[in-house]
Amino acid sequence: MTEYLKKYRFDFSVIIAFSIFIIYSLFFQFNPGIDILKNNFWEFLKEMLIALPVMFILIGLFDVWVSKERVQRHIGDSSGVKGVLLVMLLAFVQAGPLYAAFPVVYILKKKGASSSNIFIYLSSFTMAKVPMLTFEIGFLGLEFSLLRLILSIPVFILIGLIMGRYFDKHKGALNEV
Amino acid sequence: MIYITILTILLTFVSFIFDREKTWRGIKKGVKQFLNILPTLLSVIILISIVLYFVSDEVLMEYFGRDAGIFAYFSAGIVGAVAILPGFIAYPLAGILVKSGVSLSVIAVFITTLKMVGVLTIPIEKRYFGLKVALMRNALSFIGALIVGIIMALFLSYL
Repeated sequence: MTEYLKKYRFDFSVIIAFSIFIIYSLFFQFNPGIDILKNNFWEFLKEMLIALPVMFILIGLFDVWVSKERVQRHIGDSSGVKGVLLVMLLAFVQAGPLYAAFPVVYILKKKGASSSNIFIYLSSFTMAKVPMLTFEIGFLGLEFSLLRLILSIPVFILIGLIMGRYFDKHKGALNEV
Repeated sequence: MIYITILTILLTFVSFIFDREKTWRGIKKGVKQFLNILPTLLSVIILISIVLYFVSDEVLMEYFGRDAGIFAYFSAGIVGAVAILPGFIAYPLAGILVKSGVSLSVIAVFITTLKMVGVLTIPIEKRYFGLKVALMRNALSFIGALIVGIIMALFLSYL
């Protein structure tokens, strides 16, 4: 327990300070405080609490059902172009913010996905999720979306490859949090 | 998001039918991971909420507008990199910016960095990848976003 508190020392300080600030604001009707709570914090908290628990349960189930050999075969080091396409497809149909992708990346890596594929996954995850694309087309037009996608895909595959190399070369490891 | 939730419920159900013990183990693993990342997530969204309170839409316009020239790409990139906005807020905002005269290619930089670069979520990313890799990934993504925006500007002006 003390180790837990120590690991998250900074985070708990922020949370406690913020809680005190919010209680103070509500009690004394301090408007900026109420504004921050209602317009910003509450919206983010909602998004987080809707997206993340579901994500983590999926990850847990994935962990117990899918074998390492299977992941390795499909998106491991020797999976080539097929692996890249597969990992992009996997990312496109998911939802949620960038930070929701990190735990997925952790489990994929643990199960033997190649380093470049996990970085390509990370880029694709945020670049072109199907539900978000409908939003984008609605507000910015089909032409914009298509052009952005066509330009983004090669750029971010390249970044994925560079990051994968860098990650392996420096013997990077993904930590379980 | 709703279909992911439905999918998860469905899969959990199917998994439960096949193997009760395995399903519990999986759910427990997931919940444990969620609880481990929760303090960092909470402190990050607290900090974001406070920062966003101080940045108004008018300020955004001043740095994104056509008058800002090439500088607009960099400021769009930097704001996108720092800001964390869910899609359902970001796209309407981008739509408003375009209507008030911000070019589409500047918006492309903003949208791309918004999604790919997360300066404020580096504390979360760091827990998984380590600081060096997290910084490198964010820096490369920032450059990538600028490249996408600039090529897009060339395309749009010749289209």
